[in-house]
Amino acid sequence: MTVTAPLVRVEGLRKLFPLNQGLLRPATSFIHAVDGVSFAIAPGKSLALVGESGSGKTTTGKLLVRLLHPTDGQIVMRLNDADVAVTTLKGDRVRAFRRHVQMIFQDPYESLNPRRTIYDTVAEPLYVQGIGNVLDRQERVAELLTLVGLTPPSTFMFRFPHELSGGQRQRVAIARALVINPAFVVADEPTSMLDVSIRASVMQLMQRLAEHLHVTYLYITHDLAVARYMSDRLAVMYLGKIVEMGDTEEVLHHPQHPYTQALLSAVPVPDPGWKRTPIEIKGGVSKPVNPPPRCRFYDRCPLAAKICEDNDHPPLEDKSAGHYVACYRA
Amino acid sequence: MAETILQVENLTMHYITRAGAVSAVDDVSFTLAEGESLGLVGESGCGKTSVANSLLKLLADNARITGGRILFKGVDFVPLNEAQMRPYRWRNIAMVFQAAMNSLNPVYRVGDQIIEALETHLSPYSFDQARQRVAELFTMVGLDPRLMDQYPHEYSGGMRQRAVIAMALACNPDIIIADEPTTALDVIVQDTLLRQLQTLQARIGMSMIYISHDIAVIAEVSDRIGVMYAGKLVELASAEDIFHQPLHPYTIALMSAFPSVTGPRRALQTLPGEPPDLLHPPDGCRFHPRCPFASNQCREQTPLFQDRGGGHAVACWHPQETRI
Repeated sequence: MTVTAPLVRVEGLRKLFPLNQGLLRPATSFIHAVDGVSFAIAPGKSLALVGESGSGKTTTGKLLVRLLHPTDGQIVMRLNDADVAVTTLKGDRVRAFRRHVQMIFQDPYESLNPRRTIYDTVAEPLYVQGIGNVLDRQERVAELLTLVGLTPPSTFMFRFPHELSGGQRQRVAIARALVINPAFVVADEPTSMLDVSIRASVMQLMQRLAEHLHVTYLYITHDLAVARYMSDRLAVMYLGKIVEMGDTEEVLHHPQHPYTQALLSAVPVPDPGWKRTPIEIKGGVSKPVNPPPRCRFYDRCPLAAKICEDNDHPPLEDKSAGHYVACYRA
Repeated sequence: MAETILQVENLTMHYITRAGAVSAVDDVSFTLAEGESLGLVGESGCGKTSVANSLLKLLADNARITGGRILFKGVDFVPLNEAQMRPYRWRNIAMVFQAAMNSLNPVYRVGDQIIEALETHLSPYSFDQARQRVAELFTMVGLDPRLMDQYPHEYSGGMRQRAVIAMALACNPDIIIADEPTTALDVIVQDTLLRQLQTLQARIGMSMIYISHDIAVIAEVSDRIGVMYAGKLVELASAEDIFHQPLHPYTIALMSAFPSVTGPRRALQTLPGEPPDLLHPPDGCRFHPRCPFASNQCREQTPLFQDRGGGHAVACWHPQETRI
């Protein structure tokens, strides 16, 4: 077995948002949106980032595509057989980087410009990157529309977003992200706005394209059931920290962190006969504003003990064959 | 067998638009027994919220109930005017909406808003009695009674939804209609709220109609489930039967398209096409353009909503025998 270098390597990524900054007054409190996150994604594999609202999963995604600049930490991507330090890119290099990295957003009603035709939208990355002439672009857009199931492409190309349904719009967004053949795509809840029957087909489409075009995904979702279908590996985030990470099926079947366990026990199961053991955790998700150094989950954790209070947030440790858990008590 | 408290017969409702009449609810019939919890599930635009709003006649100006009857304890709501409907709202049938923030007035204290509901709908309450009742309601839904003097913006999303549920329970209604009350909430909050709702329902003995697009949530709260598609109720049966022995091809497709965190990881089935435009619904069965079993009969004749035994009703010419 050969060990392939990871396509994406993230180390100690942090993003703090200042809260009470004034014109001349420096900020004294910060939201620790992403606070020391490390992971790697192998080429062709997909990692799902799951967590509740406010856990920092979208911020992580935006940092990876350079829509946000990190406070601290490293992002290294292996693109065209060269290591690219994403955090230090400037100017034209950012544009060159976006040739390989794209993002799909949650809301297909907001992410498409209502005044541009589907052709304009999907061809935009080709214009920006200066790829091909008009004929090439038309051909490429038609090819992508066919690939995402908007067939025949000629009937969709010169329509506007308002003429399409939610599922069709999300297919356009996927086509736009894939038109320049990126190596890495961050998909931020791409199916959460879609209806069940449409959602399954968009999920299937994304899986098929991943195999067909060798795309590596970071799949951001709040829905563990969707994550199960869309990822090889799973990372659970809580208040800016990854608390558990491992092979998707392993984490879902043998969750070790008390937060993952609580989250899983709360997921509704589509089976009226299903009996589960509810795990009680206290309170609700707070905002990570100047959090104390101890474990982020301490206040709500049913297992919290003195060791958790006295020490810093526990490090993410390999408990068994690539199953990482950040907990003193697990 | 518990007594029927609400009986809906052939309810038909249209929205009048410039482009024509949108057939949002078509020939929907079901009953609700005392203490029963009925789930209505379907995708966006299938008419589940329109059914809910019709029951209390909380309808938009361009909506018209064009047929059928809504019998609450023998009284037909359909011919009643606003003034005649008023006593039934809140007192007998209360509603919990999806957007909790929009159900609360931001400039009044939460407690005062519930007191207002009490004063409007029940015989005179003294101020102290009313506050005591609010404290009772807050405790019931798991909110600290001290919170009643705070404003909605000081509440979290889950707390607001609890306050809205407290408000709905204020007058001890016979039926509570919950329209996607947990959709905007995180799973852990949703889970506690769902369990609390079930406990309350059992304790107070009220009936509930729970509306959601999420079949997993519906599975958790419902005794019986109705599946809607394009304005039609296509299948109605016990929760067990809907999930394990669905008859309608749409129900089967819906069940097989839904991912689950438990059980084997089976491939998700997809359903081709999109729901129809209800300005011009297809002839015959409204599901036929997407149905793998469609025949000429389906294209020409509307299937009747018929009981196939054991209270399992389905509107389909070719019901399937499936076990999931």
